[in-house]
Amino acid sequence: MLPLIVEDLSVAVDSKKILENIDLRVDHGELLVIMGPNGSGKTSLALTIMGHPSYRVLKGRIIIDGEDITDKSPDYRALKGLFLLFQNPVEIPGVNLKSLLRAALNKRMGKTDLTEPVPGLEEKLVAEAKMLGLSEEHLERDINVGFSGGEKKRSELLQAKILRPRYVIMDEPDSGLDVDGVRMVADIIRELISTGNAVVLITHYPRVLEYVEPSRVVVIHKGRIVATGGRELVDKINMEGYKWLGEVENGGSG
Amino acid sequence: MAGAVELSEILEHPEYMEPIPYKREIEIRGRLSRSIVEEISRAKKEPEWMLRLRLRALEAFEKLPTPKWIYGIESIDLEEITTYYVKPVEKPVEDWDKLPSEIRSIYEKLGLPEFYAKYLAGLSTVLDSETVYSSMKKVLEKLGVIMIPMEEAVKKYPDLVKKYFSRIYPLMEHKFSALHYALWSGGVFVYVPKNVKVPYPIEAFFYVGSELEGQFEHTLIVADEGSELTFIEGCSAPRFKKYSFHDGMVELYAHKNSRISFITVQNWSRNIVNFNNKRGITEENAYIEWLEGSIGSKYTVTYPSTILRGEGSGTSSIVVGIANGPYIKDTGSKVIHAAPNTRSRIISKSISSRGGVNIYRGMVQVNRGAKYSRSHVQCDSLILDEKSKAYTYPIIHVMDNTADVGHEATTGRINPEQLYYLQTRGLSEDQAKSLIVLGYIRDILRGLPLEYVAMLSRVIQLEFERIGGVG
Repeated sequence: MLPLIVEDLSVAVDSKKILENIDLRVDHGELLVIMGPNGSGKTSLALTIMGHPSYRVLKGRIIIDGEDITDKSPDYRALKGLFLLFQNPVEIPGVNLKSLLRAALNKRMGKTDLTEPVPGLEEKLVAEAKMLGLSEEHLERDINVGFSGGEKKRSELLQAKILRPRYVIMDEPDSGLDVDGVRMVADIIRELISTGNAVVLITHYPRVLEYVEPSRVVVIHKGRIVATGGRELVDKINMEGYKWLGEVENGGSG
Repeated sequence: MAGAVELSEILEHPEYMEPIPYKREIEIRGRLSRSIVEEISRAKKEPEWMLRLRLRALEAFEKLPTPKWIYGIESIDLEEITTYYVKPVEKPVEDWDKLPSEIRSIYEKLGLPEFYAKYLAGLSTVLDSETVYSSMKKVLEKLGVIMIPMEEAVKKYPDLVKKYFSRIYPLMEHKFSALHYALWSGGVFVYVPKNVKVPYPIEAFFYVGSELEGQFEHTLIVADEGSELTFIEGCSAPRFKKYSFHDGMVELYAHKNSRISFITVQNWSRNIVNFNNKRGITEENAYIEWLEGSIGSKYTVTYPSTILRGEGSGTSSIVVGIANGPYIKDTGSKVIHAAPNTRSRIISKSISSRGGVNIYRGMVQVNRGAKYSRSHVQCDSLILDEKSKAYTYPIIHVMDNTADVGHEATTGRINPEQLYYLQTRGLSEDQAKSLIVLGYIRDILRGLPLEYVAMLSRVIQLEFERIGGVG
């Protein structure tokens, strides 16, 4: 299994450049942590990798499993094993978790009727939902409609567990969760890594990193990578916040 | 579930089916006139009273104004219609093998023989203007159920037919009902005797075989006291270069304590202009249920209506209109509460996509003296993109202050973020749309038999996934 590679990526929304010269690499069994202050471009990077139509790639490439997917549709990427846990997933009236996951699994099995029952799915969903702290009722409710912040995160995690991706991008999966929730996210990250996933964790606060060890850490600021390292970067941000980024900017390549 | 797939094949074929030419027994062409009507009547060897009714209707058609409120009516030029009557075979048969092979091949392509064998109590098929196949399972005959082509009923049971024919849907109602009565041909007559509950559905299948043709079939169903029947109407046509006109009619009469479920799955090809006139009357404690699924056609106008004449009777109309592409669905329902303690429910769900237009027209009227009547109307529109539209025109007339009448309407739009989200889970944009559409009509599907749910799910998925094929 080949890594997720982002190569010299520059991205614009409308005419505004929001990401510049981003290079990343995550191998299977690795956890890449992307940190940075609010508005630094972390979520834009996640959405670009997942093919959001508003994010226009100006140059560079996104490669998974040896294939350039820069111009591919979001569904193509998903079927290649890429999964994005949204920071703030949209409400979809009329579609519940059960029918969405049934359709998504049928699609992966090459079925044309996406409403066909999937053997064993029901039981599995109920069991996984319970472990994530969701009730059976959440499976029948319209996705994210009236969900609390925490419930939205849990619903995203549930989808990741059921769809068994190979490249997972998690955009602030721990925000809005209590301590137990944060531990649960850490457990899931560890499980994903140990089962051979390439995991990208985007986070503003390093809380979840008390429970899980990053392979590498990059810091993004104003759409550029401004620091690369390991645990020591997390500790620095823990101690000092993002104030030091101003210095990096002034003393950096400019 | 196997049956569901087969029925869905019936409905998904038309877009790909090319017209199959066949040798016609009789064909009446030309401009609409008294002599054309007389010629049709003569070809049918029908009694004098029916010819008189036709001529009265033709006169009314000429006098009545074109309903100007119909959206897009100006694009329909009836003068273009050149074929008013086509008789495919000498007489209807009960055995598929007795049909000429090219006609049989149409039905085989649609999968009807097998579907009938497995799931239906009776089947009647109309090709162009006449019934070509009519068969009912023996058990129904023993119960005294009558299911025969309408023309045959006119000759065989004149007194029974006269009691109901044109008494439920009046000839003078509007220009197109008058036209229908002048030219009606084909269709099925069903009579269910007292207390007989027909265990499986009876189906009528209408097929228009060529362009610039008019189809005017008439269906009349009489459910005697305490009886029950489910009737399915399927419609299909191959792809033409020019349009054809369908102006069919359904009359239902539900006697005391009876129940009629009338299900229409309309998937005409996108060249058919479809006027569908449907009305039922309920006696005491009777119930009429309409389920109207309008998927195909270039243009559909249909408002299943019920007159609640008997105390304690009720009706429900569930109307689903899908306008996917440059097509118009003008649908809705009408209910007249004419007796105390009557109840009605109208649920309309429309889906507009790729420039499609849905129009809901509904009318609920509670007459003076129809005490404690209850009615609820729910009218939802789902719009899938910027190019598509939905309009609603509800009318409520309440003339009795003990009535309880409610109306709710919602309009929903799909935004690109929702489609994107579903795409990130592996669904194509069109699959994402069909999932949202299916979710939107889930409550309606919930009440239906499983095989219909599976069939409709399949048809809707195909409808939204066949990009460009129909647009």
